[in-house]
Order: sequence, then structure tokens, then C-alpha cells
Amino acid sequence: MWSIFHKLGSPPWLYKISGSILRWLLPITVAALAIGVAWGLLFTAPDFRQGNSYRIIYIHVPAAVVALAGYYIMALAGAVSLIWKMKIADIAMKACAPIGAAFTFVALVTGAIWGKPTWGTWWVWDARITSMLVLLFLYLGVVALYEAFDNKEAASKACAVLSLVGMVNIPIIYKSVDWWYSLHQPASIKMTGGSSIDTSMLYPLFWMIASFYALFACCMMLYMRVEILQTQGKTGWVKRLASQGSS
Amino acid sequence: MYFDSLSGALQMGGHGGFVWSAYLITVVVVSCLIILPKRKEKQIILALQGALNRQHRD
Repeated sequence: MWSIFHKLGSPPWLYKISGSILRWLLPITVAALAIGVAWGLLFTAPDFRQGNSYRIIYIHVPAAVVALAGYYIMALAGAVSLIWKMKIADIAMKACAPIGAAFTFVALVTGAIWGKPTWGTWWVWDARITSMLVLLFLYLGVVALYEAFDNKEAASKACAVLSLVGMVNIPIIYKSVDWWYSLHQPASIKMTGGSSIDTSMLYPLFWMIASFYALFACCMMLYMRVEILQTQGKTGWVKRLASQGSS
Repeated sequence: MYFDSLSGALQMGGHGGFVWSAYLITVVVVSCLIILPKRKEKQIILALQGALNRQHRD
């Protein structure tokens, strides 16, 4: 058990293992996404009230789910980086920020596009949507804050603190549809009790959520590999890697 | 398949513009998320190789 943690803390090991995982995980993820998109777009029946516009659910919900999960990972990595000063945690935190920002952006844009035919407006300053916009700014804030410091150790500390403080936004996002009167519908999928969505629509949605998680994992590894090379550029193993050619 | 023609799938009963544009934007963003770090990784390795070659020559 401890040896796994020990290995996880080693950038050369992580670089090597992520390369071999990505070789099969990335093509499988892209294929799973293509299947899920075709399933949701072409093979499910339209919603009885919303018509075909509801098909946006198959990207909007998975993107929002992964955007939130990404924040947990970023804050957790930030905490580990602050407490134990683990290099890999620092690299993971930095990798999460642009990926999380991209998924939050997708959730917001697809939500706006879905809102127009459903609510009659692209945007409302509704609790759920506004708290998701705050999430986007938190992610972008971490990216900008890291770039603003010349001393990267201080940058990491500041980013870890920002991501931990930003955690306060996460329960607000989850509960916003229950706490405030909102245009945004409450959750259709419930862990306890029945879901208010038909199984023929639910299965492709689960498929897409799983595919988006796999996509997040792939992106994490891709961004972490770049970070590892950038921070370890002067070390012997990276020089050996460069002299052998890219792997 | 739910739609019986290509134009039916494209139009989606008047919602085609919304649905397809949402998917298109997602595809573009996701492609960038995959391509940009891959390209950056290659650039870093090439730059390191260049630096190593210069060191060998000097």
C-alpha cells in the first residue's frame, strides 16, 4: 500500500506509467464519447415537453458533474501540497485548473444554449448558474494566480489556499436548486429514491458521465506530464528521456 | 435510429441549431484539452533535445 503512495510521489514513475495508460485509455475514451454522443443525439426519443433540445443533457450534465469533481481533486491536491509539500500534489493541483475551467465553460455554454429554447433566455442570474460562474472564476483564478508569482513555491501555496477557500462554493452549487427558487430544475438523478428520468434516457446519460470521468482522467495525465517535464527539465531522467526521443 | 432522414436529424424539429451548436462547441473544447498538452509535451522534449545537442557541440 505505502509503496504505491511512494511511487505516486515519484515524477519519473508517474510520467512513465501515465504514458502507458494513455496509450489505451485515450482511444477507448474517445470511442466511448463517440458512442455516447451518437446514442444521445440519434437513438433516444425526444422529451415529451422539451422536444429535441433536451439532448443537450448528454453533454451539459456530464460536463457539470466532472467540473465539480475536478474541484474536489484540485482542493484535495492543494491540501496535500500545503501539508506534506508533495511535488506531485502540486503538479496535480496545477493540472486540474485549466481542465476544470474548460469543463465548467462547457457546462455554462451548453446550459445557455439549452436555456434559450426551454426558458426563452440565454442567461439568468439564477443561484445555480451564478455559482457555476463563480466556479469558472475560481478555476481561472488559480491559473492566473500561479502565473502571477515568479517564486513558484509561493505560487503553489497561494493557489492551494485559494482552492481550499473556494470549496465553500461547492455545497452552494449542489444545494442552490433546493435553497433558492430557481429556474434551473432540481436534480433528476437521485442516489436515494427514484430518479425522475426515464431509463431509456438515463442509460446514455450514465454512459456519458462515465466517459467524461475517463476524459477528465486522460486530460489530468496529459497536463500532469507537461507539468512534470516543465518542473523536472533539469533533472537527469528528463535529459535521458529527451536524448532517447519522446516516448 | 430515431430520425428517419438526415435533414430530420439536422433540424431536430426546430431545435437542431441549438443542439448541434452545443455539441460542436463541446467537441472543439475537448479536442483542445487533448491536443494542446500533447503539442506542448512534444515542444518541451524538442527544446530539451535542441539544448542537449548544442551542449554536445560546444
